Amino acid sequence: MSILIDKNTRVITQGITGEAGSYHTGACKEYGTKIVGGVSPGKGGTFLEDVPIFNTVREAVQKTGAEASMIYVPAPFAADAILEAAFTGVKVIVCITEGIPVLDMIRVKEKLKQIELNSGKVWLIGPNCPGIITPEECKIGIMPGSIHRRTSALRTKGQVGVVSRSGTLTYEAVWQLTQLEIGQTTVVGIGGDPILGSGFTEIVELFEKDPETEMVLLIGEIGGSQEEEAALYFKEHMTKPLISFIAGKTAPEGKRMGHAGAIIEGGSKETAQSKITFLKSMGVHIAPSPTEIGVTVQKVLKSR
Amino acid sequence: MKLEEFQAKELLARYQIPVPPNGGVLTQGEDISNALRRCGPAPWVIKAQVQTGGRGKAGGILLVKTPAQAREAVQSLLGKKLVTAQTGAEGILVRRVLVEKTVEIKRELYTSIAIDRKKGMPILIAIAKGGVEVEELAQSSPESIAKLEIDPMSGLETYQARSLLFTLGLYSTDSKLNQERIQFFKNCAQAFLNLDCSLLEINPLAVTSEDQLIALDAKIILDDNALFRHPELKIMESGGSALEQQAKRAGISYIALKGNIGCLVNGAGLAMATMDLIKQCGGDPANFLDVGGGANLAQVTKAFKIILSDKNVKTILVNIFGGIMKCDLVAEGIIAAVKEVNLTVPLVVRLEGNRAEEGLRLLTQSRLNIVSIKELKDAAQKAVELACGVPTPTFS
Repeated sequence: MSILIDKNTRVITQGITGEAGSYHTGACKEYGTKIVGGVSPGKGGTFLEDVPIFNTVREAVQKTGAEASMIYVPAPFAADAILEAAFTGVKVIVCITEGIPVLDMIRVKEKLKQIELNSGKVWLIGPNCPGIITPEECKIGIMPGSIHRRTSALRTKGQVGVVSRSGTLTYEAVWQLTQLEIGQTTVVGIGGDPILGSGFTEIVELFEKDPETEMVLLIGEIGGSQEEEAALYFKEHMTKPLISFIAGKTAPEGKRMGHAGAIIEGGSKETAQSKITFLKSMGVHIAPSPTEIGVTVQKVLKSR
Repeated sequence: MKLEEFQAKELLARYQIPVPPNGGVLTQGEDISNALRRCGPAPWVIKAQVQTGGRGKAGGILLVKTPAQAREAVQSLLGKKLVTAQTGAEGILVRRVLVEKTVEIKRELYTSIAIDRKKGMPILIAIAKGGVEVEELAQSSPESIAKLEIDPMSGLETYQARSLLFTLGLYSTDSKLNQERIQFFKNCAQAFLNLDCSLLEINPLAVTSEDQLIALDAKIILDDNALFRHPELKIMESGGSALEQQAKRAGISYIALKGNIGCLVNGAGLAMATMDLIKQCGGDPANFLDVGGGANLAQVTKAFKIILSDKNVKTILVNIFGGIMKCDLVAEGIIAAVKEVNLTVPLVVRLEGNRAEEGLRLLTQSRLNIVSIKELKDAAQKAVELACGVPTPTFS
């Protein structure tokens, strides 16, 4: 098992004719993802290799039965693309696009609430994220597939669910796991923006319910309070171990560290150190440095 | 994008939010008498336009009663380095001053609108006292802070604004006055939404002797991602160092720090983690630098140039995790960049991921003064060693 996506997930690409959209559609397909179509207004009826392109998400969903979408539409139009997918009934929407205005995302989230009232949960992942991958089954996003691994050498169970606000730091962590022969059930990059579709807690909850996931690795950073919320959930509801690394101990206050959401605004509460102290007090295992993420997970796995 | 006080006030005025009469901004050599005439009769206040808190305490706001005093105040402030609690010892250079007429006030309050990340909504905060430390107050007496969620589609509703008047003790027997005050808060919300602000703060918000609400000081931060919707606001850009702005134009995120190890990393999270690692190894990062996901030769060269403009840099650590990016292409970029900028400080390169072996081989073959190391921890330690000039103890 895995969370959100697996080998049967039928995926479309919104913004399939753009540079990033077409490149990554190819890369995902090569990895084994069931890419069943793409959307690019005005290009309906054409193909990207053998992938049919449609003018609207509605048409794409009707013709292909797609249930997931990955979005590469440029920032000024991305919020609209998310809404188009959500209103059409797409249940997993992965928005890779970086640079969407905060108020656009706030309005998107308000509208998603209305949609969810009528037709159930929509999983919006991102924006500004690397995407989701269930190793050896389905990759929706821009992460390099080859660094991932599904099974663990230690024992049949023993896979880790990974959730992160970052891109390359997640690759770093996943690569450490893979080198230690620790498999991953699903790796979710929730994105680096201040307003996100799905937060840490929601994804951690999915991992808690997934029978194949033995423990969860959460890679956080400065800014906001998502890490703390996930730690509270862990303390109150989780049976599986939670391991975490928090980036940004050296980040100065009030400066945006690359990610739109990586900024210490709420004073001392949003610093890496304060997050680490809180997570520890909730019983979360903390990787002491970015090069020791893998071994920290390994230690916890072996101690069980 | 952080705006200066005078820019923030100009925007507030466009939304019918009252601000004190002003004579404009002076930079150098302009005649002050025109500015004073535009303000109206004395007394006036001369305010340094710098993006830092605690200006008043640091002597950046001067009250003057005569044109001669005003002239002297302007001269003393322009070109001065203002040292406030927030700037550190090196201070911040005053390039512009705002000339304003003083306003007689009865009362000071506080209001601001910001994005509540947890709720995913814009939140209006108001406090019945002005000039307070909001964060401290949130700890000591949270009940004294009024909070209202603003609907991102329709703005602040009248009933919400009216409730604020009661909480803040602004409700009066004069219904016209109440209407005006309700409109004041509704206009603040409208300005926040229409301008795509991340923060709109009026502190102090004052009640004048004529019972009018007025923004005595204002701070606005605009959402950089939304600037495409506001091309007319782009020219207001003034925050950040020259280097930070140069980097921004090249699509690089760069933040100068105080250490001596320059960092060049792909990805923001990994860049932060690399800085943390340097610190853990006993060194000090000179900067945060995220060269971006699809960094090409031009960008790598630009990044090196930016790092090297910081004269404190003794060593550079490059940390690239090749996902989509191919490490051999990155290596080629590094080699070309090193030749172009004529690098004189030691360079430690760690490449991992997509075609890392090929990349490392290219670096070795280049015969340039580049130390290439596969393990991140070893690379960080080596960089610290080179920057300090002595081997450092290993951490565990």
